[in-house]
Amino acid sequence: MGTADVEAVWRIESARIVAALSRFTGDFGLAEDAAQEAVAEALVSWPLVPPENPAGWLMATARRRAIDAIRRRTALQDRYALLAADLAVDSAVDDNIDPDKIDDDVLALMFVSCHPVLSPEARVALTLRVVGGLSSEEIARAFLVPVPTVQARITRGKKTIAAAGVPFELPPAAERRERLGGVLSVIYVIFTEGSTATSGDRLLRPDVAYEAIRLARTLAALQPAEPEVHGLLALCELTAARFPARTGPDGSPILLEDQDRRRWDFSAIHRGLAALAKASTRGLGPYGLQAAIAATHASAPSVEATDWDRIVVLYEALGRVAPSPVVELNRAVAVAMASGPAQALAIVDELIASDRLPGSHLVPTVRGELLTRLGRRPEARAELELAARLCANQHERSVLLRKAAALS
Amino acid sequence: MSKYLLIMRGTDESNAAMMANIDEMMATTRQFIEEMVKAGVLLAAEGLDDPGKGVVVDFSGETPVVTDGPYGETKELFGGFFLLDVASKQEAVEWAKRVPAAPGSKIEVRRVPGSDEVPQVDE
Repeated sequence: MGTADVEAVWRIESARIVAALSRFTGDFGLAEDAAQEAVAEALVSWPLVPPENPAGWLMATARRRAIDAIRRRTALQDRYALLAADLAVDSAVDDNIDPDKIDDDVLALMFVSCHPVLSPEARVALTLRVVGGLSSEEIARAFLVPVPTVQARITRGKKTIAAAGVPFELPPAAERRERLGGVLSVIYVIFTEGSTATSGDRLLRPDVAYEAIRLARTLAALQPAEPEVHGLLALCELTAARFPARTGPDGSPILLEDQDRRRWDFSAIHRGLAALAKASTRGLGPYGLQAAIAATHASAPSVEATDWDRIVVLYEALGRVAPSPVVELNRAVAVAMASGPAQALAIVDELIASDRLPGSHLVPTVRGELLTRLGRRPEARAELELAARLCANQHERSVLLRKAAALS
Repeated sequence: MSKYLLIMRGTDESNAAMMANIDEMMATTRQFIEEMVKAGVLLAAEGLDDPGKGVVVDFSGETPVVTDGPYGETKELFGGFFLLDVASKQEAVEWAKRVPAAPGSKIEVRRVPGSDEVPQVDE
């Protein structure tokens, strides 16, 4: 068995190993450390002696490492005695697996990793690490930060959780819906990073986006009665459906209007629409509305044949349930398509007047496009050049500069 | 992530063994499917009807000829499939190892290329 085989088993098993150990020890940080030690041991020992039951091997080894760690902590001597006694009667790891317990464990793991005491960066890093089973190296690559930074975020995150005395359990029902919002936003942040890298030279990091989709699917399976979970899943599936058409062979971005829609992933669209249907049982929330917008695009044969009026209505609804300047800006783009650039420009100018998106390249990008369509070329050019100066993604920047140059 | 198709290839013997304790087989399969759903990797799973009820469309002649199944020389009969979305071939294989399959049957693991990998003639 090679490294790739160990990684495969780890990917499937890591969440429930860390979750079960967290419940077993009551200590999330210790559980994560012990699980990491177990996988490190597996990388050394499996190529020499392949285990008969790889999942059981990992769980048993991680459990032993957890016990070693507790043994080293003399202050926890009493608890160790308790655990040792427990271990004696229950040494076979996989004997009495209760599927409901595992579900709650993995769900609790998601809630702990996305706990509000953590910084947003720590939530993302911990979720990818303990729920997704990604290594520090993989997370660092995904977010273009140095490996030690990721390691520090994870270490600090675990300490913060321990210091705050966050229990390893599902939040009480009353709190759960509120906290679920936090979990959804972490998954969405991961997806967004993968679907438009915020910096660097690549437009897409599909692996990061697909990991987010996998996490969203897991959450949807564990919380099937929460419409917004399906809404988020639908949004991710429908957005990812366009990935094959979004970049050219050289990695440069292709705008929606120029995309070859035959390249869209129709099975992903199908899954997205199915998830959207589940999301709309009680009226759509913010993710469901965004998914509905994506679905409108996905079911249109071309930009011209898109139901822009419906998209405007959906953005208006989104602006009511989740007001944000970005939503306003997107509404302006939809209005431009539905009713013309002049009306849209009024919305954008109002955004600028209230200074609600300072420093973002998106405002001058949209303003530049609208001015171009209105034939106000010198102003349009200045806006697009401003957008290029503010934009951190190299590919997007070069598109903006090309458009500006075409106006001179 | 890549898509992989796990194709169940039973034999007459393994299919008979499966039918002998079909209730248990169905229960463990359901459990296994649920596990894959919760891992966020399952895209589709279907079982196929008895090969005897299928037909074969044969293209060896000038026009396609439709004949009744089963499938002539084929020793292994496709009985169903799982479509997975996983990080690596090894992960697909790891799931395949966990399929509650009857003794004697085989599972073929085949990658499904992305739509961006399919050659485009019009470019």
